[in-house]
Amino acid sequence: MPTFVYMTRCDGCGQCVDICPSDIMHIDKTLRRAYNIEPSMCWECYSCVKACPHHAIDVRGYADFAPLGHSVRVHRDEEKGTIAWRIKFRNGKKDMELLAPITTKPWGTCIPKLSEVAAPSKQMRDSQLLFNEPKYIRLDDGDLHTLQSNGLKMKEGVYY
Amino acid sequence: MFMSNPFAELSAQLSVAVMQGYIVLMVLLVVGGTILDMMHKKSAKYFFLNAEKAKKSAKREVGAGEKIGLTAKVLLVEVLTSGEFKNVKRRLSHLLTMWGFVIFVAASAIMIFGYPTLDTPTPDILPLLWHLGAGMLCLGGYWFWFFIRVDVSAEGLSWWRFERADLFILSLLATATFALLWSFTQHNGMAGWSTLSLLLFVGSSVMLFGGVYWSKFAHMFFKPAAALQKRVTRADGSREGLPREYDLTDPEVQKLFPDIPEYMGKNPPYMGHGIKREPAKHY
Repeated sequence: MPTFVYMTRCDGCGQCVDICPSDIMHIDKTLRRAYNIEPSMCWECYSCVKACPHHAIDVRGYADFAPLGHSVRVHRDEEKGTIAWRIKFRNGKKDMELLAPITTKPWGTCIPKLSEVAAPSKQMRDSQLLFNEPKYIRLDDGDLHTLQSNGLKMKEGVYY
Repeated sequence: MFMSNPFAELSAQLSVAVMQGYIVLMVLLVVGGTILDMMHKKSAKYFFLNAEKAKKSAKREVGAGEKIGLTAKVLLVEVLTSGEFKNVKRRLSHLLTMWGFVIFVAASAIMIFGYPTLDTPTPDILPLLWHLGAGMLCLGGYWFWFFIRVDVSAEGLSWWRFERADLFILSLLATATFALLWSFTQHNGMAGWSTLSLLLFVGSSVMLFGGVYWSKFAHMFFKPAAALQKRVTRADGSREGLPREYDLTDPEVQKLFPDIPEYMGKNPPYMGHGIKREPAKHY
């Protein structure tokens, strides 16, 4: 599902060129507008779609599994710290919106100072937990939640 | 130099009718070029098709009064103050270039039609505005050409590399630069240089107004129309398929998206700039 650019919206600011992890968003030398130079190398990461200040970039679904007519559009509002999606089905009946936080504190104010953190002990190194777990995965109210601690048992087989 | 009308001085060698005819010809070239450009690119057709498509997914009707209000907003924000530019430097450069061009062209037309000879003394303000307009054009234009242009700032190409897409900015810069040179050489009595500057000024302005079909000159007509259409889609709810702008403090929004109050609190703070904190120069 490679990205494409609405030329009438693009003002050639270079935000997508800057953010693309595949380096495939470039500025067209004749039209001075952004374009995807190699759609087959696009990861569909949506970074450029979210970064574009003019919403000039969209993602086109491959026709075999996302028939034309649908729409998945996004608005990343970093000043509010949210991302909003609008998904429209091709029949036009299903039209839904999602809103989620992308930060809980002002940008750049809470960068961990790892150099000031004490080195991990042997016990921490041997543990299966990663740095700052379980704190960072919000499982610190007591201890790790396990099947056993919650009185559950793993069932065999595939089930839903 | 700044107080003298160069066209009145020129009237000694060139008839007024020729100068006035030249202005009319330039206007006709712009009109013709824009129509040809519109037919070739099918931009008007695309624009109306897009507007129809947006209307189909509209959630409410936008009334005539509201449309007038939106047009006023487009005029004030997008047209007069170049509000669509998100990059402050580009916006400033565009404002200088745009207003410089408007002032320069308007002052030229008024001087040629209103005060074409030395017998009709020109008010000091007009030549002053003419020079100021050309100066603003040069300032904004050269700033754009050497530093802000996306080829130089984003693609890392050298400033002397140019393409057909640069026809507009280059002819604009050449027109303003040769106009100032012409005025300077004329005022200082450098006859040969003055004639050469005048010829280059005329040539570059023919390129500017006659090259509409090949350049991006016509953007000054299309951009306001596109900006209005964008505002209409925001007002009628179709929003080009984009999500709404949510007020995070609204209890209804918080009820609909409980992650917002849970993670960000009931009154989320202003988060400032993330990736926008630095210019897009990380290649």
